[in-house]
Amino acid sequence: MNLIKPKKQPSPDATVFSGSAPLPEPLITGKQTFASITERISAIVEGKPPKGWMIAFSFSVSILLMLLGTIGYLADEGIGIWGLNNPVGWGWAIVNFVFWVGIGHAGTLISAVLHLFRQKWRTSINRFAEAMTLFAVICALVFPTIHVGRIWMLHYVFPIPNQMEMWPNFRSPLLWDVFAVSIYFAVSILFWFTGLIPDLATLRDRAKTRARKFIFGALALGWRGSNRHWQHYELAYLVLAGLATPLVLSVHSVVSTDFATSILPGWHTTIFPPYFVAGAIFSGFAMVMTLGIIAREVFGLKDFITLKHLDKMSKIMLVTGSMVGYSYATEFFIAWYGGNGYEMFAFINRAFGPYAWAYWTMISCNVIIPQLFWFKKIRSNVKILFVLSILVNVGMWFERFVIVVSSLSRDFLPSAWAYYSPTIFDIMTFIGTFGLFFTFFLLFLRFLPMVSMTEVKGVLPAADPHYKAPEEVKEND
Amino acid sequence: MTKQTLYGFLAEFSTPGDLLQAAEKVRDAGYQKFDCHTPFPVHGLDDAMGMPRTKLGYVIGLFALLGAIGGFWLQAWTSTVGYPMVIAGKPYFSWQAFIIVTFGLMVLAGAFSALFGMFHFNRLPRLHHPLFNSENFKRATDDGFFISIEAQDTRFNPAETRTFLTKIGAKNVEAISSE
Repeated sequence: MNLIKPKKQPSPDATVFSGSAPLPEPLITGKQTFASITERISAIVEGKPPKGWMIAFSFSVSILLMLLGTIGYLADEGIGIWGLNNPVGWGWAIVNFVFWVGIGHAGTLISAVLHLFRQKWRTSINRFAEAMTLFAVICALVFPTIHVGRIWMLHYVFPIPNQMEMWPNFRSPLLWDVFAVSIYFAVSILFWFTGLIPDLATLRDRAKTRARKFIFGALALGWRGSNRHWQHYELAYLVLAGLATPLVLSVHSVVSTDFATSILPGWHTTIFPPYFVAGAIFSGFAMVMTLGIIAREVFGLKDFITLKHLDKMSKIMLVTGSMVGYSYATEFFIAWYGGNGYEMFAFINRAFGPYAWAYWTMISCNVIIPQLFWFKKIRSNVKILFVLSILVNVGMWFERFVIVVSSLSRDFLPSAWAYYSPTIFDIMTFIGTFGLFFTFFLLFLRFLPMVSMTEVKGVLPAADPHYKAPEEVKEND
Repeated sequence: MTKQTLYGFLAEFSTPGDLLQAAEKVRDAGYQKFDCHTPFPVHGLDDAMGMPRTKLGYVIGLFALLGAIGGFWLQAWTSTVGYPMVIAGKPYFSWQAFIIVTFGLMVLAGAFSALFGMFHFNRLPRLHHPLFNSENFKRATDDGFFISIEAQDTRFNPAETRTFLTKIGAKNVEAISSE
């Protein structure tokens, strides 16, 4: 590097690029203009789907049908079709519930928290991350819904006036969970729809067929990009982000209280809320990365979801993955330091008991693998990132399995101990929710803009009213 | 609905920068009933148009507060008066346990009022608007930057307003009928 640079003639326009700070790399590559962004993103939902879409969609729908079949059988037969028994009364269903709720958290973190922190790189990924949140929460809600056994009595969990004058027990964490997760779902849908309105108007204005004009015309609600509207819109969006931000922390904290308020060794710990939240964000970002890499390859969005985005997501996974690893260590430390025999046994049993295989799968995927994200070579290798992101979610599923099953299967009385294994219906229900998730997700990719056109346009340099086109600057230089 | 009347003029500008400067000039010329239309929010345009701050925040705050009070009251009443039951030896009025649902209902009420309050202030949804008569206006959601001045404005004069808009840099000025 040449440290002593020849002094340049001060140009009249030097103030534009003055100072030593280098210009930030562009978020969106490929010399995009406002029109090219509209064209690029809208074309995906206007043209024919790529070859693989129909195949993937048919496959997802058939798995979804399997889920519906299993649920039908469960409604008829009862939850005895699952591998649940004493002492393990919570099995795969609760594991899957926590798994799916956790995945949802990254969408809200990206859309709400990063919005408040003015992280502009979120604009390319927030739309589909929010969609992922919604569909993940739907998948999550399936499990407690069917776990009640008598699905037709589900309305009992809500405070609805009834002829028996009964009300739900608001002191129970399970009821908090009903509220936390359903409110989370409602707020996520409102947030997502608010963000969609300007883009729906774009699709309306581009619509060629009568049906599209009608549908997008109705959904866009008469949006006309008026600045008098943008003012209220921006505030509404900001407030929704502000309201969704505490939900990122609260929802999974409430889920963790389902466990933490019980007296079961291995569950009864105060570290659960922050530890669950970190794990949720960790697994959610892994899912965003998996889906993002597929989307950028299949729909050719490499200019929008750039390597820079993947790099930033890897760093967040490194941070949250390390927090999760730290929590595992703290749990062990407290089990020893707390001096409670049952607690000590629960943790030794976790690592070396009958479920040791699950425990060490979890440790490898959640603690060791994310350490690879320290290396820039790995953070910029899309294929490796894809594999790692899937492994992280495998690990996070096992984390919930370890927590739920290892504690329950070894309770206070050794005579009650048992080994829990899932039945075919447990497995079919879990795989079925992937069918549900991907059916929704593929429909979303097909019919709604997966990248927020409005927001991406807003982060282009040309969107700044004080922007000068490069040609003009060069003339002065 | 038989006679076509003039809704106003729609002027197009090339860049957000041009639009911002033009909006300042429209404001300084004393027009009140005018608007800017952009595919994304352009920063600084609120001041350039001389718009007051939005009151939406207060509305959301009020509804969020009502949500919290209502939520707490629901739990306190059902647990003490509606259906008092001793569960796990906890007192009927275990307010600490009610905080989570109270918080949740505050967020829920706030979120609904944010979206519907935004609709209220924006007079949305609406089925039609005279500006949609313009074919060119479709670019307002793509890459077009527009200023519309309504004929209802007291300073509006068909000939003068048109020359004024051209003078402040409009690429083209279109008359919009209100039908």
